[in-house]
Amino acid sequence: MLNSTYIALIPLLPIITFLIIGLVGRRYFPKFSGVLGTLSLLVSFLLSAFVAYQYFFEVGKVEGVYQKIIALKYVWLQFSPNVAIDMGILLDPISVMMIVIVTFISLMVHIYSMGYMNGEPRYATYYAFLSLFTFSMLGLVLSTNIFQIYIFWELVGVSSFLLIGFYYEKPSAVAASKKAFIVTRFADLGFLIGILVLSYYSETLDFQTLIQRLTTEGNYLTSIVSASFLGFSALTWGLVLVFAGGAGKSAMFPFHIWLPDAMEGPTPVSALIHAATMVVAGVYLVARLFPIFSNSCPGALEVVAYIGIFSSLLAAIIACTQTDIKRVLAYSTMSQIGFMMFALGVSGFYAEEGVGFMGSMFHLFTHSIFKALLFLGAGAVIHYVHSNDMKDMGGLRKLMPITHLTFLLACLAIAGIPPFAGFFSKEEILLACWNSNKLIFGAAVLTAGLTAFYMFRLYFNIFWNKEYKSHSESHDAHHGEAPGTMLLPLIILAILSVVAGFVPFSHLVTADGIGFETEFHIGFAIGPVLLAVAAILLAYFMYVKESLVPQKFADTVKGFYTAAYHKFYFDEMYLFITKKIVFNLIGRPAAWIDKTIFDGFMNLIASVTESVSESIKSFQSGKVQDYAIYFFAGTLGFVLLFIYLWT
Amino acid sequence: MSEIGLTHMLFISTALFFIGVYGFLTRKNMITMLMAIELILNSVNINFVAFNKYLYADKLDGLFFTIFIITIAAAEAAVAIAIIIHLYRSLKSIDVDDADLMKF
Repeated sequence: MLNSTYIALIPLLPIITFLIIGLVGRRYFPKFSGVLGTLSLLVSFLLSAFVAYQYFFEVGKVEGVYQKIIALKYVWLQFSPNVAIDMGILLDPISVMMIVIVTFISLMVHIYSMGYMNGEPRYATYYAFLSLFTFSMLGLVLSTNIFQIYIFWELVGVSSFLLIGFYYEKPSAVAASKKAFIVTRFADLGFLIGILVLSYYSETLDFQTLIQRLTTEGNYLTSIVSASFLGFSALTWGLVLVFAGGAGKSAMFPFHIWLPDAMEGPTPVSALIHAATMVVAGVYLVARLFPIFSNSCPGALEVVAYIGIFSSLLAAIIACTQTDIKRVLAYSTMSQIGFMMFALGVSGFYAEEGVGFMGSMFHLFTHSIFKALLFLGAGAVIHYVHSNDMKDMGGLRKLMPITHLTFLLACLAIAGIPPFAGFFSKEEILLACWNSNKLIFGAAVLTAGLTAFYMFRLYFNIFWNKEYKSHSESHDAHHGEAPGTMLLPLIILAILSVVAGFVPFSHLVTADGIGFETEFHIGFAIGPVLLAVAAILLAYFMYVKESLVPQKFADTVKGFYTAAYHKFYFDEMYLFITKKIVFNLIGRPAAWIDKTIFDGFMNLIASVTESVSESIKSFQSGKVQDYAIYFFAGTLGFVLLFIYLWT
Repeated sequence: MSEIGLTHMLFISTALFFIGVYGFLTRKNMITMLMAIELILNSVNINFVAFNKYLYADKLDGLFFTIFIITIAAAEAAVAIAIIIHLYRSLKSIDVDDADLMKF
């Protein structure tokens, strides 16, 4: 049996580090806090790797099925004998996989930040926030209880807010952090309502009991399916609302608008939060409740699938037109997360039907590695060029050979070229789509081709194209390549993006816990790969030399290009809805009522009190004899009254 | 001329009381005000003695009260004069209108 004490250390170490750095480290040992954070996370990572080893190879499997193990449980709030909020640790294949990914990527980002954030005045604060984020994310994936996951969900939102707004002197960063927080918070409203709907009917908050009650025939399932609202059953509503929360965190349409702006944060943060870990929280949530989606409510699963594929395609088209390299990566993240979502959406539950689920988790795993690598590589480039715009770049391959090579590997991985990591996971996803829904399959293949195209557009524009012209003379003479602390994570991640695809995922992480054999169809794989190669070649011809071809192409589809360049005007639409409609029709009347009626009533009370006291304050003259007169007059008055009443 | 009765006594004490009140309210000198208070107290004393003599001649309660009031008045005068001396030391005046430091 797994010894639970050291598992609890995995999330606890980062929060302890957060407290130490935040309370004393910032003042007394700011330079050391980076090392402290990294060391504590290293321990956390080793522990989670050990847990993963034990779980997958020693204790997790009972009679061929991976069990859900409650490693630790402690009742936190007892509402009624049946309903309680617990704090605990749940180990099952996806949570074990997630703790390894989160601690590993976070460790890489910690190491990288020692170089990237060096010399930053709020260096220690930065590490404190990173630790807080890691803690929240680990707490989220280990939750045993749907309410516990909600608590950590919000904590993740807060730490993301803090990190996006890290450069708070920049108005754009402040605006971006507020936008991210408000948009995700708005989506979380749906999540909370979804939790309440599900737990109201199933009378529990615990994941295992919830899943068990809502997937097997019985009173609970009957009552939630028969209760209907606006034509859909309460179960559908609950699951769709929970998915809305997941869509908010995972930047799915229509809540995707915050993710590109979130790139205002420091680049390692983008790598950690907005590429590898936090944004997959939504995918994780759907995967966590997958048995309910799959067995009891296929309708909600279809919503997941269509929103996933739509976001994926939309983001891929937008990514082709952006020039800010971090924004391209942000849209590519959104696109890849769309892949994970619709893979879940088309998946079945049992054995080989669950290939979509397994592919989604596999893609989550590989994507977090190569996307972190892409962001960290982009960070190294930005660190060198001091600009985010690809127009300022070009020809960097000679100046930064290692960054160039690792970036190329990551691009090949995300484009799905064998034998890199992305190929295997994407192949499983496409296979799952082929088996269940041809429409989604077509869109997915198109998106995969677009992915290869825009990634290599990015790659050629940064590292090839024109010769790099430095703006200052002294600049490139001194340093070309980033410092060692930044290169080390790049190299480790690059090696992993080559080999991660060979992990036998279908034996480890599956929907029902039973491993299965995946056949490898060479005929099926060849189409998407050829498409990706063609897209890369197209990008090569368009962008490897400075030419007018992209410009001409953009001119031929001018309307569409402009729309995509402006992100299909989603920001403008949201601004229109909030500023013009919500503010005018709800905000302003509410403000008027507040100012005139409520404030007016309070002001009336205040002014009456003031005028009355103004008129009677002269009674209090401070002269003894005046008071004596009042006293005698009062006494006399009482006496007269007394006499009058007496007779 | 008839015999002096209770009415006369009450008339004197009432007159004395209002003379005291008048003095207390109009004089600005604190010593004079203290003397006016003594007049008020003494008017009460006269009332007690008069009622005791004319209505309950066989009892002594009124007399006791009178003696009690005289004692209290002496103590009160001592305290009042002490206060007045202190006020004089700090204000260089015993005019009651000058002692308005606790006004709003």
